[in-house]
Amino acid sequence: MSLVTPLNRVLGLGTAKGAAEHWWAQRLTAVALVPLALWFACSLATLPAFDYAAVAAWVQRPVTSILLILFVGAAAYHSFLGVQVVIEDYVGGKASRPAALMASAFAHTGLAVAAVFSILKIAFGS
Amino acid sequence: MQGASRPLSPHLQIYRWQITMWLSSLHRITGLLLSLGALALAIWLIALASGPAAFADVQAVYGSALFKVPLIAWTFCLFLHLSNGVRHLFWDAGMGFDRSQIRTSGLVVVAVTLVATVAFALFAIV
Repeated sequence: MSLVTPLNRVLGLGTAKGAAEHWWAQRLTAVALVPLALWFACSLATLPAFDYAAVAAWVQRPVTSILLILFVGAAAYHSFLGVQVVIEDYVGGKASRPAALMASAFAHTGLAVAAVFSILKIAFGS
Repeated sequence: MQGASRPLSPHLQIYRWQITMWLSSLHRITGLLLSLGALALAIWLIALASGPAAFADVQAVYGSALFKVPLIAWTFCLFLHLSNGVRHLFWDAGMGFDRSQIRTSGLVVVAVTLVATVAFALFAIV
């Protein structure tokens, strides 16, 4: 049984649009990002050089490839969830809010796919 | 709400700024800036996957003296969002809600952020 009135459900103004899942996913990715972000920062700091050969050799190592994919995936998802909250707080227009949410979803999905594809392409050879 | 001329909650201009408010605002701002950092990372990885010439083009920008400014800013954002995020996770677990504890944990976040940012910037960026 729903406590939302039929009129509000029709207008799309009810709650329970998945807030619990959103909250849980934000925390899950946050906990994952603690070690992943620290690993990423320390790895970049200790990279011997930033020329193509050195960086490609680093990304090609299986441990690096795997952790980079996990880092980029968790970061993109965490960023998507956070930006969504910011949009919902500040963008209220009937057209501009869904437009902003869609733009954010497309941008984050594109970013994650592009980054993961790039990592795999380097990992599996030129 | 029509015609209400009384101050509406939370009427921020009346509050004395406290560390809790600073960190709450900074958590959101640094999160958004880190999303831009993820975009920069994706561009870096795409360039790497595109070959030595493309990577050299991107690295000419990322390795420039002027780019040290956003790199140090992202370092600051990472450590603040990370340490304050851990503070949030403790709150999610129901811990550290006393007023003195909230103030102390806020000061710890500021201290950790400043020390880690300066140390990382001196070791890896400057």
